[in-house]
Amino acid sequence: MSDKAKSEVIKEPSMLKQKEMIASNYERLTSGKEKTVSTFVPGNLNELIMCFDMVNNLPEINAIQNGMRKQSGGMIMDAEKSGHSEDVCTYVKADIGMMGRGNIAPNGKPIPPPDLLLLSYTGCFTFMKWFELLRHEYKCPTVMLHVPYEGDGVITDNMRDYVVKQLKTEVIPAFEKISGVKFDIDRLREYLARSAKAEDDLVWCLEAGKNKPSPIDAYFGGVYYIGPVFSAFRGTQQAVDYYTMLRGEVEQRIKEKRGPITPDGDMNEQKYRLIVEGPPNWTHFREFWKLFYDEGAVVVASTYTKVGGSYDLGFRHDPDRPLESMAEYCLTCYTNRNLPARVDTLVDYVGEYEADGLLINSIKSCNSFSAGQLMMMREVERRTGKPAAFIETDLVDPRYFSHANVKNRLESYFQMIDQKRRSSSAAA
Amino acid sequence: MGSEEIIKRCEAMYEDLDFNVAREWKAAEKGRKVIGFLPYYVPREIIHAAGMLPLGIFGGGDQMEVIHGDAYYQSYICRIPRSTIELGITKKIDFVDGMLFPSICDVIRNLSGMWKMLFADKYVRYFDVPQNFSDEVGVPYYVEELNELRRGLEKLSGRKITDEDLRNSIRVYNENRRLVNEVYDLRSKEPWKVPSSETYLLMRAGMVMPVEEHSQMIRDYLEAVRNEDRPMRDNCRIIVSGSFCEQPPLNLIRSIEMSGCYVVDDDYMIVNRMIIGDVIEEGEPMEALAKAFVHSSIDTAPKYSPTEEEKGVFLLEQVKARGAEGVIFAAASFCDPALLERPMLADKMKENNVPYISFKYAENSGQMQPIREQAGTFADSIKLWS
Repeated sequence: MSDKAKSEVIKEPSMLKQKEMIASNYERLTSGKEKTVSTFVPGNLNELIMCFDMVNNLPEINAIQNGMRKQSGGMIMDAEKSGHSEDVCTYVKADIGMMGRGNIAPNGKPIPPPDLLLLSYTGCFTFMKWFELLRHEYKCPTVMLHVPYEGDGVITDNMRDYVVKQLKTEVIPAFEKISGVKFDIDRLREYLARSAKAEDDLVWCLEAGKNKPSPIDAYFGGVYYIGPVFSAFRGTQQAVDYYTMLRGEVEQRIKEKRGPITPDGDMNEQKYRLIVEGPPNWTHFREFWKLFYDEGAVVVASTYTKVGGSYDLGFRHDPDRPLESMAEYCLTCYTNRNLPARVDTLVDYVGEYEADGLLINSIKSCNSFSAGQLMMMREVERRTGKPAAFIETDLVDPRYFSHANVKNRLESYFQMIDQKRRSSSAAA
Repeated sequence: MGSEEIIKRCEAMYEDLDFNVAREWKAAEKGRKVIGFLPYYVPREIIHAAGMLPLGIFGGGDQMEVIHGDAYYQSYICRIPRSTIELGITKKIDFVDGMLFPSICDVIRNLSGMWKMLFADKYVRYFDVPQNFSDEVGVPYYVEELNELRRGLEKLSGRKITDEDLRNSIRVYNENRRLVNEVYDLRSKEPWKVPSSETYLLMRAGMVMPVEEHSQMIRDYLEAVRNEDRPMRDNCRIIVSGSFCEQPPLNLIRSIEMSGCYVVDDDYMIVNRMIIGDVIEEGEPMEALAKAFVHSSIDTAPKYSPTEEEKGVFLLEQVKARGAEGVIFAAASFCDPALLERPMLADKMKENNVPYISFKYAENSGQMQPIREQAGTFADSIKLWS
């Protein structure tokens, strides 16, 4: 095989379709022909946005795209030069920096300023300040949907009612005003029915990680899988089709006992089955992934793929309870659940997916995920008896990715797993 | 009693990380309970109405060596959660029956869950406040949150909290707030008489002792300082902004003044000033508390500003009302709310020609020289050029 051929990334049809979908949304955003709304991934109300014929722009996705294209470092530095602290969320700074450079989308065209900022956020307090900063720059209308934190690990009626009331009295009227389109709840119900269908297939695919060998990588591959449902496609027929296609691919791999596709091809030797907590590093995504598959480590379940909805815990959008189920969606996103609930999930994953242990990728600038992860790690280790490990990187700031450090830690971790296996078999 | 004696007592309480004043209060009567809370707003009136002592836990300061707490947090997370964990693990707050974690940021949110896991036998509540400030949406949500706290404390104490108990507590805290504001007003008027460090210690004392005693302490202090003669220096008048959670060390508070700045307002430990004016003392008490927060609480980083026009207006009005000549943005390292808020507030100051400087600190910062130099240069520039 030539060097050129070797460096080509291997992709499945679903990955190409997903790429096309994301690109099509950027085309719509940059066309200037449709009204746009900026909002966040966790807690996004895509079905509602579509009811007003508006297009969804997600600043985190822009930051991720810029991170993967090695653009975010400069943007973050620009933001820091203009007075933003080196201590704060790098998504925010990448977004501010992107704005300063003309808001150029991956298709090379500028994204026009949003017609509305929909501050619907869940699981991250920092989001609130982020949109205040965007409003400060854009001077555009903003509507806020405050989603309470699940401090006791449960949704109370009061929380749900509060979110529903905000939808009725603030969010929907703001959309009607900006879009000029009257709200039609039956249209919303149709979208929600499609969401539920896509969510069923997504969960099926993610739970395929229980197979041996695992046909998926639920972290690195998982970020491709969640793209449509976490972003501008939940509620569309395209998303339904995408997940049908993905499910078909995963079914085929299970039948053939094949592992997941990596950028270097099929990963069939699976020495380690891991659960991963925390977002990935985006600036060195492929390099990061390679550190895993080179060692035969496959991620069978991850929490990052639940940040835009904990569907595997049973939640589905429900056309019969449209506003209530949208409220519940917001309330149940992964980081909106308290730490004991997050630990329970991880412990369950270790058991259900028959994992060798837990790996935490702690993100320097994401307190929502990171604060408390050392304790989570110890708790999971204590309750499962499986080894856990901790690595540190950042979302989109390349200054905080150290290949050598991550490699060292991963190698030590794999040795720990081997040791644990040896001692278990000796004891048996 | 002279002011020096009062402040000496306050300083002893500030330095006492075993919280002996609160321990003694609890031990004095069988069945008494203490509810700890982290910096920022919690409705202390409800705790008081339950016959309990609200105890402010403001981290470990610069006197405490954090050993265990560092094993719980990565290096890029602020200091207050790790020193709070240290206080818990070393049993310095083992007498505390419950903890409230106010709605400040993601770190404190997650700390509430850690506390649940570490101290499973304690009452632990993440205390959320509405970010929607309407009577139709924010108020009913908040009333129910307050009622949930009320029910939780009733269960803990085994006694009913009546509306009359609540109205009485509202009256007691209204009185305390009026006295607190009197101190701040006097400091703004005659800052040479009420140094910033004394104000701070006086207010910190109020976090660990019964509110009625604190009100009396403030009365005594006010009477004493009004009769004392203290020299007026040629300092400039500044406001400190951004220190509402993790507190700066006392030396830093002193250093700012020593470098030539009179602090005429600040947001150190704002829990006792979060509500502007009185809470209504008649009628339905939970609604009164809810409306006070929704309509009359000060604008801080953990609160949402509903419009761009409102952003920074509170600080700007503070500058005008206090006759400040500049603003020092002092935030704890890694404090997302304060540090993200800063560029917006700084722009507001710039638009209105209010000079400002910025720095970061940690509760255990030891090196004051850079702060003194920065604040001193700032003071000089104001005196020379403003």
